[in-house]
Amino acid sequence: MLQSGEWAYTEKLKEHFESPKNILQGTDTSAFDGVGMEGNLQCGDQMMVAIKVDKEKEVISDCQWKTYGCASAIASTSILSEMVKGMTLDQAFDISPKEVAKELGGLPENKIHCSVLGDKALRAAINDFFIRNGMSDRVKKVQARTVCQCMNVTDHDIEEAVLEGARTFYELQEHTKISTVCGLCKEDAEAELQKYVHLHFGA
Amino acid sequence: MGNNLIFELLAANITEIQKPVMSLRQIYFDNNATTPLHPEVKKELVAAMEMFGNPSSMHAFGREARANVEDARGRVAAFMGAHEGEIVFTGSGSEANNTVLSLFACGSGQCFPGMRPKIVTSRIEHPCVLETSECLVHRGVDVSYLDVDGFGKVDLDQLEAQLKGGGVGLVSVMMANNEIGTIQDIASISKLAHQYGALMHTDAVQAFGKVPVDVNLLGVDFLTISGHKIYGPKGIGALYVRKGTPYCPFIRGGHQERGRRAGTENTLGIMGLAMAVDMRNAEMEAEAERLIGFREMLRNGIGERIDEALFNGHPVDSVPNTLNVSFPGAEGESILLYLDLAGIAVSTGSACASGSLDPSHVLLATGVDAERAHGSIRISMGRTTTVEEVEYLLEVLPGVIERIRNMSTAYIKA
Repeated sequence: MLQSGEWAYTEKLKEHFESPKNILQGTDTSAFDGVGMEGNLQCGDQMMVAIKVDKEKEVISDCQWKTYGCASAIASTSILSEMVKGMTLDQAFDISPKEVAKELGGLPENKIHCSVLGDKALRAAINDFFIRNGMSDRVKKVQARTVCQCMNVTDHDIEEAVLEGARTFYELQEHTKISTVCGLCKEDAEAELQKYVHLHFGA
Repeated sequence: MGNNLIFELLAANITEIQKPVMSLRQIYFDNNATTPLHPEVKKELVAAMEMFGNPSSMHAFGREARANVEDARGRVAAFMGAHEGEIVFTGSGSEANNTVLSLFACGSGQCFPGMRPKIVTSRIEHPCVLETSECLVHRGVDVSYLDVDGFGKVDLDQLEAQLKGGGVGLVSVMMANNEIGTIQDIASISKLAHQYGALMHTDAVQAFGKVPVDVNLLGVDFLTISGHKIYGPKGIGALYVRKGTPYCPFIRGGHQERGRRAGTENTLGIMGLAMAVDMRNAEMEAEAERLIGFREMLRNGIGERIDEALFNGHPVDSVPNTLNVSFPGAEGESILLYLDLAGIAVSTGSACASGSLDPSHVLLATGVDAERAHGSIRISMGRTTTVEEVEYLLEVLPGVIERIRNMSTAYIKA
């Protein structure tokens, strides 16, 4: 008989949950050069990332955060804040949720959606830095692209559905009603589905 | 007594004292999920393992098993005021609930003449009732759900309106809710159901063994109980079926349980369940008083020590062992896991811990918002809970909530 069960999470994740790094103390973010927040309390996850930037080199010198969410949400923001220190803004901007999950030694599939907000909040913080420093032209907006015109479903909606568990085209339709009217976008929608499944859950 | 023995006893005593008490502690506040075996049940199970006969066999081995199964049936029946012939042993509470609901999906109506394929249940039932109901809709059954108020009580006026609409064959409302502990007025609900010719079922899995359950006082036609919620073994449940009530087996292919549930009897489980029931009979009353004291101690202690602690469920009409509380700004899975690291086991209504994306359907049904549901924990005490354990929880919890709120975005203005 086994004497104790393993945690649902990796040791690395447990470590960052037990002793999270770089939590912002208090609520004052005025000392930071860029602040971004994503998610909301009703959905169960919200993350705020605040960065200090070496303006000469465009390198992130400090990153602090707040997170409302479960253990994987807390640990992924914690490890993200460690990862980005010393990175250039461009490097940091390109961090994907999968890289964060990899640093944590992997995440259970049903927890991936809890952890995708950290990198989004980080990108929002970087864009905030650009705006504050008169470089609005460098703001990179991840624009949503409408895939299904009939039901007004964007690629972001498809990503969301994948994170919520959709894997097959039928499941995607259940989530989004995509391609349920004229059906012209089916091929495009299937490609987007595969892209996001691979991005978040691919080997 | 020899000197050596005295010395050994002393040494044992010293190590006992030197053990760091708190850090080794594992405290179980999740008795609504499942309970540890009662020591008497454990003894009964060990003894019963020697007995392997099939209760259906006519020889001595079979007769011994049969005698024990029927004796157990009588004891389980007696504790709820039923006749022994009215008890059907099942593999779980979920199976018992599935059995009752599925009666109403019979296309032919042969075994159940005059069946009215319309069920009224509530929004706060256990998933084994809600998901079965959803499935029954695809099999031609009309299902409607009663709303509950802020305390989790079903709306009797709404029930009467549904019944007045006609054609309702079954009303199924749980006696006590597993998450918030709220107890329904089953006697009044039964009376209403019968007034309009409907049968009455209650899922009493969380009430049975915590508060008095008498099928005649409640006036129910079907009632579900489970072994592992009352310090009995897992994998055993029972369904009370009032004599003369139409019935149809859910599991077919054998004459066991007088043809009401096929499959060789789980003799171990049945004997363990009966012993658990005997122990409830002996312990329930005094324990209820003790646990109500602990529950109020927790309610007051949490209220005093933690800002903005919002209690869920009914303050009085509740099972004695359960307290459900929300901490806005803190997410439930984090609370659960930080408490786990401190050796304390509770559960949460947060979506994150459930594997689904939605927080507790029970809390949402009581009208609380999603944030409050995400930030809820359920503390469910049991027969072994001590005042020291309650104090330890009160000592640890404020720090955990403060820690989580300190790292939470909830207090940042976007």
